[in-house]
Amino acid sequence: METLQIKAKIISNKKLKSNYWHLIFNSEFIARNAKAGQFLDIRVNHTDKPLLRRPLSIHSAKGIKVSVIYEVIGPGTQALSLRAPGELLDVIGPLGNGFEYLRIAKKSPRQRVVLVAGGIGVAPLVLLAEKLKLSKPLVLVGATTKRKLLCEKEFKNLGCSVKISTDDGSLGFKGRVTDLLKVNLAQGGFSNIFACGPEPMLKSIARIADEENLNSQLSLETHMACGIGACLGCVITTKSGYRRVCKDGPVFSGKELNWQGR
Amino acid sequence: MARQIKTDLTVDIGNLILKNPVMVASGTFGYAEEFKGFFDLKKIGAIVTKTITIKPRQGNLPPRTCETPAGMLNSIGLENPGIDKFIKDKLPFLKGLGVPVIVSIAAEDDPGEFSILVRELDKINLVSAIELNISCPNMQKNKLISQDAKETFALVSTVRRLTKKCLITKLSPNVTFISEIALAAQNAGSDAIALINTLTGMRIDVRKRSPKIGSWVGGLSGPAIRPIAVRMVWEVYNKINIPIIGMGGIMDTESALEFFIAGATAISIGTANFINPKVSLEVVSGLKQYMSDNNILNLSEIIGRLKACKD
Repeated sequence: METLQIKAKIISNKKLKSNYWHLIFNSEFIARNAKAGQFLDIRVNHTDKPLLRRPLSIHSAKGIKVSVIYEVIGPGTQALSLRAPGELLDVIGPLGNGFEYLRIAKKSPRQRVVLVAGGIGVAPLVLLAEKLKLSKPLVLVGATTKRKLLCEKEFKNLGCSVKISTDDGSLGFKGRVTDLLKVNLAQGGFSNIFACGPEPMLKSIARIADEENLNSQLSLETHMACGIGACLGCVITTKSGYRRVCKDGPVFSGKELNWQGR
Repeated sequence: MARQIKTDLTVDIGNLILKNPVMVASGTFGYAEEFKGFFDLKKIGAIVTKTITIKPRQGNLPPRTCETPAGMLNSIGLENPGIDKFIKDKLPFLKGLGVPVIVSIAAEDDPGEFSILVRELDKINLVSAIELNISCPNMQKNKLISQDAKETFALVSTVRRLTKKCLITKLSPNVTFISEIALAAQNAGSDAIALINTLTGMRIDVRKRSPKIGSWVGGLSGPAIRPIAVRMVWEVYNKINIPIIGMGGIMDTESALEFFIAGATAISIGTANFINPKVSLEVVSGLKQYMSDNNILNLSEIIGRLKACKD
């Protein structure tokens, strides 16, 4: 029986920069089935510290190799950073809906799309950029500061035009990536925004998309217990009531989210 | 040479015969659909559904879960589609599984809702047993039915008259004397006692000085509560003579065995399903192995067989 839960061999697990890490493991099954925007629920170790799995976006999936990027921020991600090549990693996935990009990628490659990443939010957008590379997306990458900027080169290697923003102005546009987005949308011609990043950024993008009458697909992050739709723990408020981020998301249309007045 | 003996894992819970004593706990297994991609569901003893109410419930304000040391808090608030949609949309999948289905039910405002639900479920052949969830801590109630022996007795007696199906009463650990409540349920005609539901708990974000979950308090589950659950099973086992379905932080075969030795006839796996979706199947095989290794033919040889400490 083909199962979503596998033991995958770790190929490498290295610090990228600052407190960001890159983990690569072997899984032909996940590589074959992964859609951009889907996630993996990873058991970081075999103790009950931490008890729950950690949901991480799929950053790349090719051949038999799959990778994630994660930020070491608590005991769970700390424990994950201690895992060594050769060890087996307990992974469930691919999970969640992922971005809807096939129509754009296949039928209308000339539609102009913009990808907006904030901080660790670059992770799923690299895989998305690869799927959308024929439409040559514009990619806006935001970080607090230059030394925390991620994946610029990967986007460039995929043929995307990349623009950078940093909150402190140490590289590229000085300010929020959402302000950089406004500047670029002013040129016109865009139809779709794909974004992943911190919640305030996504809220702002939902508002901008609404004002400019564009489609937006936003990848959300929440704490999860099960990751597979069973516990109903990770719901968010949408216009059609509570929806599960793990199963109905993690990607939601900006129009669907009930962020007004919050 | 080790001899492979034929182990008997079947257990009786009232008029319900389970092929093995490993069940999955209400609220941690959805309506089973979410787990179909992980293992062959018919291999476990029984499935207890997410609790249903008469009307649909949207559940509590998020965030609804947070992690705690060796555990987690949840306050889902019994989000469910209501009994009509449950029967229409969820039962058909459960029908095809070939595993006993135990439907968990709760009342929102009036205990009389239990009677309506029991009457409805009594008509459905597929429903093997009914679990009375009188112990959900996330309903913003001052007092739960299972926190009062008289109310527990009154409720169980009322619904007992309405069905011959196996009735399981699920109790809350948030009480002073658990065996008093268990005894009340037994005397009112419950076929079995399920314990424990979650312990009420709270976590505070010290930077924001706000609770970590939307409804302020939630139910604590996971290995953190296991010693309390084992103690309560043992205490209740010594006072009643109907079967106990033990649960609370079971993560593997060894922790499941603690409950049998303390007096449980069957066990339920809850939070562990979130961490390892096929844990219940692993516990079924683990129990077989343990019995075979220790020349145990029938589980009854270990249920409640707790020995005093020796030095």
